Amino acid sequence: MNKSVELPDIADELVSLAQGNEQVEVCLSRSRSTTVKAYSGEVESVRSGMSEAIGIRVIIDGQQGFATAGSLDHQVLSQVIEEARENLRFAESDPHQALAEPDGVESPDLDLVDSAVLKVTDDQKSAIAIDLEQRCLSADARVSSVRSAAWSDGWGEFALASTNGISIYTEGGSCSIGVQPLAVEGNETQIGYAGDAARRPDLLDVDRVVTEAVEGATGMLGATKPVSERLTVVFEPAVTSAFLGTIAGALTGDRVVKGRSPFAERLGEQVGASMLTLFDDPTNTDSLGADNHDGEGLAARKNMIIENGVLSQFLHNSYTARRSGVSSTGSAVRGARSTPSVGLHALCLGPGRLDRQALFEEIGNGIFVRGVNGLHSGVNPVSGDFSVGAYGHKIRDGLLAEPFSEATIASTLQRMLLDVVLIGGDFEFLPNGSGMSSIAIDDIALSGM
Amino acid sequence: MKPVSPLLDRELVQETLATAISNGGEWAEVFVEDRQSASADFDEGRVEAMVSSRDLGAGIRVTVGDLTGFAHTSDLTRRGLSEAAQAAASVARGVGRVEAVALHGNGLAESKARILPETISKTQKVELLEQANSAARAENAAISQVNVRYSEGRRRVLVANSEGLFNADDQTRTLLSVNCVATGDQGLQTGRETVGYTVGFELFEDHDIEAMAQRAAGRAVTKLAARPAPSGQLPVVIERGGGGVLFHEACGHGLEADLVNKGASVFRDRLGELVAAPSVTLVDDGTMGVEWGTVAIDDEGCRAQRNVLIEDGVLTDYMWDHLRSRAAGRPASGNGRRQSYQHLPMVRMTNTFVTNGDTEPQDIIAGTKHGVYVAQLGGGQVNTATGDFVFGMTEAYLIENGEITAPLREGNLIGNGPEVLKNIEVIGNDFAMGSPGTCGKDGQGVPVGDGQPTLRVAALTIGGTAS
Repeated sequence: MNKSVELPDIADELVSLAQGNEQVEVCLSRSRSTTVKAYSGEVESVRSGMSEAIGIRVIIDGQQGFATAGSLDHQVLSQVIEEARENLRFAESDPHQALAEPDGVESPDLDLVDSAVLKVTDDQKSAIAIDLEQRCLSADARVSSVRSAAWSDGWGEFALASTNGISIYTEGGSCSIGVQPLAVEGNETQIGYAGDAARRPDLLDVDRVVTEAVEGATGMLGATKPVSERLTVVFEPAVTSAFLGTIAGALTGDRVVKGRSPFAERLGEQVGASMLTLFDDPTNTDSLGADNHDGEGLAARKNMIIENGVLSQFLHNSYTARRSGVSSTGSAVRGARSTPSVGLHALCLGPGRLDRQALFEEIGNGIFVRGVNGLHSGVNPVSGDFSVGAYGHKIRDGLLAEPFSEATIASTLQRMLLDVVLIGGDFEFLPNGSGMSSIAIDDIALSGM
Repeated sequence: MKPVSPLLDRELVQETLATAISNGGEWAEVFVEDRQSASADFDEGRVEAMVSSRDLGAGIRVTVGDLTGFAHTSDLTRRGLSEAAQAAASVARGVGRVEAVALHGNGLAESKARILPETISKTQKVELLEQANSAARAENAAISQVNVRYSEGRRRVLVANSEGLFNADDQTRTLLSVNCVATGDQGLQTGRETVGYTVGFELFEDHDIEAMAQRAAGRAVTKLAARPAPSGQLPVVIERGGGGVLFHEACGHGLEADLVNKGASVFRDRLGELVAAPSVTLVDDGTMGVEWGTVAIDDEGCRAQRNVLIEDGVLTDYMWDHLRSRAAGRPASGNGRRQSYQHLPMVRMTNTFVTNGDTEPQDIIAGTKHGVYVAQLGGGQVNTATGDFVFGMTEAYLIENGEITAPLREGNLIGNGPEVLKNIEVIGNDFAMGSPGTCGKDGQGVPVGDGQPTLRVAALTIGGTAS
């Protein structure tokens, strides 16, 4: 590795190696990261590292080859391009397979670079991690210990160049904190988690992280298995994000063109309740998912997905767009190690109303879901079957009541969209880049006793 | 073929270790990894992409008391290693010292793969994909999409530490998976089948790819007629090899010493106690043949071994890595693993399974009046602090009056680890390992295996929608 060589220069040099009618696209990334964990009032571990990656796509007449490596060593770079060329020979030709072409859309030109994150010293990182742990311990007598209290930061740069004349470079950094307190009462232990992430250290909300993590653990003490019934559920914003992220995944071009989406034939139809609006907006710098470009170097842009319950469009990269006879929506996502797929940058839910308490009052009776698990095993985005483990609190007569756990909630993705009955006014941007609110969904099967 | 030189030159390793402890570090480790992998995706009737990848780098760890410093680099030159060693050492802040480290062993390992996948032409690999695709599509006209994925990975590791350890391993894993989508009147359904072992290309001499593709297709087609799964608590019979993930999630994670030490396990302070039905013996075994989680050494250089965790229902031991075993003053158990050279190792499972009982599997089904028969479980997740777990049923049927009847749509099962262990009513005599898996913990994925004979749990909560 030679640190004095800039990524765009390497990318341009590799692109210039294109032969004959080859289309070549080079992606390069370099990143540094640090994680400091505290335990028992002391630093437990400090992990730091530097990573580099390259990914090269070569396409000739619709045949694509890809190769990648975790090093920018000169010898490795030439191997990668040769590997990509060799891989190409085994791929079958697909008339839609080609690199993205510049589409004239202007990049939003967002300023995402804030060097404050680079100025945090090792001692400050340690102090933040230790403080996070100590504050959880002193917040509530039932907090017995903290499994993990961590500070992380990262800084990365990314360059992409192609024979189609695309040449982009971005850099940026972020920092995050996360903590997992354990609350004990009698023979029972509950674990909580909360975290925050931001582009600048002073934007991290330590108070809120401590409060949420501790309440997450102590609030679940005494949780029991609920009785099975059909009821209304309220998802907190992070759970809404997991649910709508799954929905949006089924609305990407990849799934649609390959017949793996239950919504494939439903463009322009009412797929959700009329209050439901869903869009992807990487141009909003309030989101950590904000970006100037997509994974093929096209300008990032705001895309409506569901508007007042109507399915307005699918998200596309240049390949799925070509297959569908439309233009790319600038929704290619990738790291240098993989070929571009279609995905979300900053999924946002349209505005709602009512604060959380008013929302509970409007619902009257049901459950408030604070967390779900088994999303990767219990949700089938092809068939739409939805069944996940859930924990949280009962809502009784408009008030938050006793905690429950060891239960599942089930329906189908298709029905749940239509069964949305309320969207809360507690919109917030989450560490995963999505902007979400609490939502209430009717007629969900709760399975417990 | 015997390798002639270690992944990293012995003198350079010694020098790096010396730099790592020069700051007052008590113990240091150099972990070097060279990973070459290749994959090919066959989708919509054609080869979509062939991808190859290469990763080479080192992770350097220094400990002082309970404090760990770690740094990784992809730069394996003397300068790159020295920088990483100094970064890892910076946590020590001690008095400078010069101490030579003597390494024992030769740092060499021989591949156990009979046929290294890298020696096989890409044409031959592509033919396999086509063969699986054709077999799946020919199985039933309702099959509308078939995705076949081939992947091979060779991972060579070298581990050295300041106690003189100098061990290596050369791991090759090969896998083929088939995912089918079937289209029916009620929408789409999916079926999946995977075959993968810690072997080379001989995988395809030992396994019938067409039969496997047909099973995947059959699963998707069967589910077209599936009815919603019930909601509530029912007895559950799990087919052999189809549900080892239950034990991986329900108790395996809770027996990892790092979680136990931090009070984040329901199994803390319970050694010697009856924690399961007396018929249950649970083992984690990194030496198990060519199973997916098998390794010669773990990622801290410790030999893999067979660890009995629960014997006849009694909790006998936890799983250990270097850090946790040293603190407890006991030997490590070969469970220190990491995703890559960029990660710190922690306690991880290898191949985790429940051993045979003595009942005929058909008697277990016949003895179940009303319940659910799970032929294949998907992934799962556990809260180790409470023991609550959840996992998906990817192929399941109703049991009515002792017979397997209607197929069920997908749903999650939920339960509590310690309760399920006690609620295992009967265990079959037909042990089998299941599909290869990737276990995720704190953001790191490692290959694991699991297995179990057919068995019945008295009650699990089924997360369906039917009343």
